[in-house]
Amino acid sequence: MKPIHCDVLVIGGGPAGLAAAVAAKEQGAASVLVIERNQTLGGILPQCIHNGFGVGFFGDDLTGPEYAQRWIDRAAQASVNVLLDTMVLEIGFDRHVLAASGQDGLLDLRPKALVLAMGCRERPRGALAIPGLRPAGVYTAGTAQRLVNIEGYMPGERFVILGSGDIGMIMARRLTLEGAQVAVMAEILPYISGLRRNLVQCVNDFNIPLELCTTVVDIQGSERVEAVVLSQVDAHWQPVPGSQRRVACDTLLLSVGLVPENELSRMAGVSLDPVTGGPLVNQALATSVPGIFAAGNVVHVYDLVDEVTRSALQAGRSAARYALRRNEPSPKVVCIRPGDHVHHVVPHYLDVGAMNDEPARIEFRVRQPFEHALRALVRCGDTVLVNERLRYARPSEMVTVELSPDKQRAIHDDLMVELVDPRGEKLDG
Amino acid sequence: MHDDARTSYDVIVIGAGVVGSLIARELSRYELDVLLLDKASDVGEGTTKANTAIVHAGYDAIPGTLKAKLNVAGNAMFGDLCRDLDVEFDRCGTYVVAQSEADLAHLHELMERGFANGVTDLKIIDTDAMRLREPGIAPDTRGALFAPTGGIVDPFGLCIGAAENAVMNGVVLKLETTVTDLVLDHGRIGGVVTDRGIYRSHRVVIAAGLWADALMRHAGIDHFVVHPRKGEYFVLDRMAAAGVHHVLFPCPTTVSKGILVTRTIHGNVMLGPNATSADELHDLATTSAGLSEVMAGALKLVPSLDRRQVIHTFAGLRASGGSGDFLIEAPRQAPGLVALAGIDSPGLSASPAIAQHVIALLAEGGLVLRTRADFDPQRKAIPRFAHLSRDEQQALIAQDARYGRVICRCETVTEGEIVAACHSVIPARTYDALKRRTRVGSGRCQGGFDLPLVIEIMARELGVSPLALTKRGPESPWLRRPTKAVAS
Repeated sequence: MKPIHCDVLVIGGGPAGLAAAVAAKEQGAASVLVIERNQTLGGILPQCIHNGFGVGFFGDDLTGPEYAQRWIDRAAQASVNVLLDTMVLEIGFDRHVLAASGQDGLLDLRPKALVLAMGCRERPRGALAIPGLRPAGVYTAGTAQRLVNIEGYMPGERFVILGSGDIGMIMARRLTLEGAQVAVMAEILPYISGLRRNLVQCVNDFNIPLELCTTVVDIQGSERVEAVVLSQVDAHWQPVPGSQRRVACDTLLLSVGLVPENELSRMAGVSLDPVTGGPLVNQALATSVPGIFAAGNVVHVYDLVDEVTRSALQAGRSAARYALRRNEPSPKVVCIRPGDHVHHVVPHYLDVGAMNDEPARIEFRVRQPFEHALRALVRCGDTVLVNERLRYARPSEMVTVELSPDKQRAIHDDLMVELVDPRGEKLDG
Repeated sequence: MHDDARTSYDVIVIGAGVVGSLIARELSRYELDVLLLDKASDVGEGTTKANTAIVHAGYDAIPGTLKAKLNVAGNAMFGDLCRDLDVEFDRCGTYVVAQSEADLAHLHELMERGFANGVTDLKIIDTDAMRLREPGIAPDTRGALFAPTGGIVDPFGLCIGAAENAVMNGVVLKLETTVTDLVLDHGRIGGVVTDRGIYRSHRVVIAAGLWADALMRHAGIDHFVVHPRKGEYFVLDRMAAAGVHHVLFPCPTTVSKGILVTRTIHGNVMLGPNATSADELHDLATTSAGLSEVMAGALKLVPSLDRRQVIHTFAGLRASGGSGDFLIEAPRQAPGLVALAGIDSPGLSASPAIAQHVIALLAEGGLVLRTRADFDPQRKAIPRFAHLSRDEQQALIAQDARYGRVICRCETVTEGEIVAACHSVIPARTYDALKRRTRVGSGRCQGGFDLPLVIEIMARELGVSPLALTKRGPESPWLRRPTKAVAS
């Protein structure tokens, strides 16, 4: 195996990988290579045939394939190299990457900088340990979406959807448009876990019943799904006795969470955040291993691809700088921690020794919905560096604030991101 | 497979689970026309695919029973057998963990029982030694019984390997063939009636697991009733395997060997089983109460288990019943019949010895055994790309580019392996059959990524429409219709 050298190697040719590759090229990296396991670029976007992509970044309302194509075209224009139908098997010491493809056999890749952009996977039935039989007809929503939109087959005729994640809601509409019946959407939480606009445009507009505080407690049918048993749950997610009811259906669709896909990251020795399952990163999207950067859903799951793009552009620039050794050594790192009502924050660290000429993006999700005005604070000790008024805050909608270069220069201690009421006092939560 | 039109055989074996397949393989050593039947779409669709996959050392069975004799004899055969059939097996040893004084006393009893059964090399190790071997073991551990001859195996691989070797050596296998009655000529066995026609033979072996009693009743034998006992399991991601190094049993009860925490031959961690009475033969449902019981039992042994590592749960049925010992006999009221029933634990461990025992019974009953000169005991499995060295992988891809295309990311299964499985001696025709041969869909995403790709590849290789592909047989199709189909 002859080693293949390049400045920046990007693992994953979805929106994160493509943006990182383009940014790396524009930052001055001479050779940028994207490795993609599918036979086409775009990641998950080619099967997301609905619109709503690009409003933030392009000012256009695009479908998934259209958004992907914009970046595929930019990558081509920037002379980014691409290896399709190629799977990374291993990331070893010193960023050596081993990949396999039918066409090229095993490949030994030696990049100066590496960007992890592997995205995420769906949580399967088994991870939830939903009791019952194990018939055909239980699908995660993304798999069903691929079958319907790419392969052209209906996986069922009458659906129950568990989970009100965006993919589940999108599929509720899609399946109805294809002539199937969606009997009910059940969500274990007392609020939906996806975006409001999907609730309105996919569930309400299509008269699909939504039941909150409800979950599936049994799957029936020994060879093919015949029914599921729904149950209401209490505040501790325990089934409420007497609230079980059987719903006849031939398919159960699961939209119960996305998990960042970090098996390769682990192999590379990258430290992971136990809350998100994604790499610990600083504002440059650098991981704990020098020369390895990460962007997109592999870090934490985004709800808008526009935000993925913004973050990935940063990662690409950082990777290029590292490859070209334009980074100054950085002696001072502070932690950014989630405070009251905040579930997790990315980045996890701020490198205050470097790049003080760029604003630092801070992305976080809240633990529970707040349907009233509140404030997001970034504190450094007693100093408040960011004080941003929000109209509301929901777990399904990631919040982004920016720390200007001036504010970064004022950092003297670890940072805390927290939510407070409009007067600056503690929130009831 | 071959000789499809033949309707008359020297021996018919009903049931292609691990026991039936090994019996058929034993028979294929001799100049006999053998027919192996199964009602499912693949071999090993019954209890064979849903058990703990442990090869027990043999200290647990009551001395003097058939279980004890055949467990110990079978255990000893696993090394050579799995080497010949290219099946994954690890004689890693097993531990019974004591968590109280009473448990410790029980360990000594088990050890004595083991010696009585002819199990050598048993020894009791103290808490410190156990903790050295298994750092995550519960703090109240008082010691453990270590059985070095115990191990873990791939039970589906063993069944498929034995059945394929049997077919390679001339056995005719007919799947999707349900036996509905036995043919009796003046009380003698004359053959079997199936939903695909009548097959004649003077010798029939019932190795039908959960359906043994129903079949035996056709011969007027009704003293055995199967009482299915359900066991539920958790499967944990490979990454959990860092926290569990060994095969860990709690002290057994009168009802069962208890809820294990064990690493598996494939690199996962498995928890289970419990033991509850099943309602009926299709009651393979996992239950909230059962799964809670299994998790609680597992946490008792290894408190640091992380629930978030669970990727799959399943249940299996043990074909328990009767006296509690194996029933393997040639009943006098139906000459020509050999019936097996009550093959619950340690059935898998005993299976190679059970097969030899059945041959002996058939020989006693007059079956002439002339050894075939061209019997080949060896069978090669599909290459496992993930287990090859980088050089071997490179060579395989150079030979066939499809081995370079990874389809199942979680388990690193390539298109080449899937294609090979679709064309092997007993081809995979369903997703579950493919899964058991290649590990496709067995990883942390549980088929989420690979299913659409597998459907495409299987449709192409089997020459069928994707609409015809199923999870495990005609009643479990994946797809209903094309999109945009006009309603009629």
